[in-house]
Amino acid sequence: MSNLVLQAKALSKKFVGVQALDKVSLDIEAGTIHCLAGENGSGKSTFVKTISGIYQPDEGEIVLNGNVYAALTPAHAMREGVQVIYQDLSLFPYMSLAENIALNRLRLDGVKIVDWKEVWRVAKEQTEKIGVDVDLNATAIETSMAGRQIAAICRALSQDARLLFMDEPTAALTRQEVDRLLKVVCELKNNGLSVVFISHKLDEIFRISDNITIFRDGKKVGDFESARLDEKSLAYHMTGRDVRYPRYRREAEAAAAPLLAVKGLSKQGHYHDVSFEIRRGDILGLIGLLGSGRTELAMSLFGLNPPDTGVVAFEGKTARISSPVEAKRLGIALLPEDRGSQGLFRERGIRENITSTLLDRLAVGLRAIDAHREREIAEEGVKKLRIRAPGVETPVGTLSGGNAQKVVVAKWSAANPKLFIMDSPTVGIDIGSKAEIYEMVQSFAKGHMAVLFITDELEELMCNCNRVLVMANHRIIAALDEGDMEQPGAERRIADLIGGSARKEEERGVRI
Amino acid sequence: MSNLASRRDHDLYILIGLTLVLAAVFAVVFGESMYSARNLRSMAYQMPEFGLLALGMMLAFLIGGIDLSIVAVANTSGIMTALVLTGVWLPGLSGYGVVAAAVATGLTAAVAFGLFNGFLIAKLSASPIIATLGTMTFYSGIGMALTGGKGITGLPSAFTSFGTAEMLGVPVIFVCFVAVAAALSAFLSRTALGRRMYLYGENPLAARFSAIDVERIGFWVYGVIGLLAGMSGHIVISRVNSAKVGYGDAYQLQALLVCVIGGIHPQGGRGKTLGVVCAVILMQMLSSAFTILRFSPYAKKLIWGSMLIVMLGLEYLSAKQNVRRELRQKIVH
Repeated sequence: MSNLVLQAKALSKKFVGVQALDKVSLDIEAGTIHCLAGENGSGKSTFVKTISGIYQPDEGEIVLNGNVYAALTPAHAMREGVQVIYQDLSLFPYMSLAENIALNRLRLDGVKIVDWKEVWRVAKEQTEKIGVDVDLNATAIETSMAGRQIAAICRALSQDARLLFMDEPTAALTRQEVDRLLKVVCELKNNGLSVVFISHKLDEIFRISDNITIFRDGKKVGDFESARLDEKSLAYHMTGRDVRYPRYRREAEAAAAPLLAVKGLSKQGHYHDVSFEIRRGDILGLIGLLGSGRTELAMSLFGLNPPDTGVVAFEGKTARISSPVEAKRLGIALLPEDRGSQGLFRERGIRENITSTLLDRLAVGLRAIDAHREREIAEEGVKKLRIRAPGVETPVGTLSGGNAQKVVVAKWSAANPKLFIMDSPTVGIDIGSKAEIYEMVQSFAKGHMAVLFITDELEELMCNCNRVLVMANHRIIAALDEGDMEQPGAERRIADLIGGSARKEEERGVRI
Repeated sequence: MSNLASRRDHDLYILIGLTLVLAAVFAVVFGESMYSARNLRSMAYQMPEFGLLALGMMLAFLIGGIDLSIVAVANTSGIMTALVLTGVWLPGLSGYGVVAAAVATGLTAAVAFGLFNGFLIAKLSASPIIATLGTMTFYSGIGMALTGGKGITGLPSAFTSFGTAEMLGVPVIFVCFVAVAAALSAFLSRTALGRRMYLYGENPLAARFSAIDVERIGFWVYGVIGLLAGMSGHIVISRVNSAKVGYGDAYQLQALLVCVIGGIHPQGGRGKTLGVVCAVILMQMLSSAFTILRFSPYAKKLIWGSMLIVMLGLEYLSAKQNVRRELRQKIVH
């Protein structure tokens, strides 16, 4: 039976001491939707990159449409109809959707001079194929995330895709947009295309997939028909254990004055009329989708994105946080959303990264840095946060995501902040480090630090936060206090709030 | 675990070794004509003016920038000093008073020029290459307007004697250069501000997120670069006894070249002062060799230019090698 688009046979791939793929075999039939599930770092992405020719496997072979390959180049993979849509979509932001869709096709045909009519024809043909209506004239940057997704799909189709990988396509979408995207994906399947869907979100996985393959630690746990799994067994297979995180409850006295009070804070195009308070010992969750304004708000509180109007009071006094230097002086720390570019000096060792926030304490003016004290601080940080590395001089660029993130936590916790803003602290890190970071955050709060915990994962919100703000469309649409969080339906309620706001946007007639 | 830091030291040892080998080869090839007391002394006279410019360029490189205006700053600052010295500006002063006033004027102007670069780059986020290319023309323009392109000569001997003074047979200006280099080296490797400069150069965004005041650092670093350029300009006019726009244009390229040879990474965040000092010596030996061989100035320019391109090529290749070596090491451990 050769209805198989892809046959991966015992693929192995090793990186710098980590077995990223360990004898993974996988068959994908034509006209099916196949889900790859697994924790971060379980090998899903490596698998995709191996099939699309970005990585060459150390062992094993890849059979595409009956042709056997020991290793692929991206050009080979595309010729066999393999297309990958990465999370960032790789669109040209200032080109129209029509150009974004058609240009690769034209390049493939060897066209040297752009024929605009042809560009439009190709773009129109693809959008009609999947039956969606998008404004092809708009540039990618003016288009909603959902519209960009559609453009990326059309671009793949225009290059005769037979096997389409989609990496976390729904991460930045509202619920309504997700519904529409999933409909498009089903349409693709009916046209005979195979779609491989990579997602963390269990409910989506169940809604559309025919088959589910679960990865763990570079190995394939198994292939399952989706009808034979439920959310619970899927989670169990992904993690290999029943994961239960301890729930955080605030112990400090309830009536304490707020550490930070924000009133009517607005910034045009970023967030509007934001008010909230946070006390010592609080882990205040801020949940919202990508683009809801949560990161912009965090940056403002750290002095990197000055608000237009509104008042911020810190320890009872009005504060003008005009720069990170000022924020740090007040006792505010920020763990940035993108640790690679914003949080770390990748070529520098753990020691210099940890002490990058403490230099004023290690040396005054033109006096020499106290090297002994510096080393002590670094070693203490490594021990406290259980950073696994050969030594304090190891360049952080060589650490795993989880350990690198712990370095960022260590660098700020060593500065003893009063308020620690953490923007998406567990994105892209393994489950073990995740649990350790939760434990750290909770112990900070028990030590009377205030934490503003920004996330889009409901589960980590529920276990770590004693109070919650829900943000959508640049506004805080709900605030749940400790009592609300103890109610049995709290989790459902937050999920509905996020979903509900998406529906409202729908009614206002936002097109994709 | 051999890490990046020790690998960089490794590069430095190679550079020191190379300098020594070249010195030995020149001893055999040129003998007396290279190592005569006269030639050594003339090398010691030539090194400071260009060495100070190279140190300035190093600072710009370390924070991930570049300064194309250093020679213009040096010349225009020298011209201003000369204008005071010759009594065109602030007439009525005499003796050492005029020298003090002149040097104060020239160096203040040089720092101001540098700070203006810093203002454009750090506060207005202008691209360093464009900003300093613009100010290069602007500062030379000021010098041109002040002199009409003519040289200012007849500087008082109270001033020019500094350029020719010697201490135990060593030119004072050379001692000055060594002192500045030593101070910079200690500053960069030991102080908190020096560390912040390296961090800023490696990743300006992460430095900002680490509450390092990158704007202020950038602003003042360009100011210091201006000061170094100004010092170089003063050495030039005291040595040649005249000030003029367009002196030492080739130094701009040589300063870049010395930094690259000296292991200062143009992308910022890497390199040591000792490397630059070594490279300055290396360049000076080559330059003397070219003079002994009677190369024309045009041929020299051609050689400096090709050297820069070759060095950048080598840098690229060695970076690729290092990535491979690191990967291999990691797989082993």
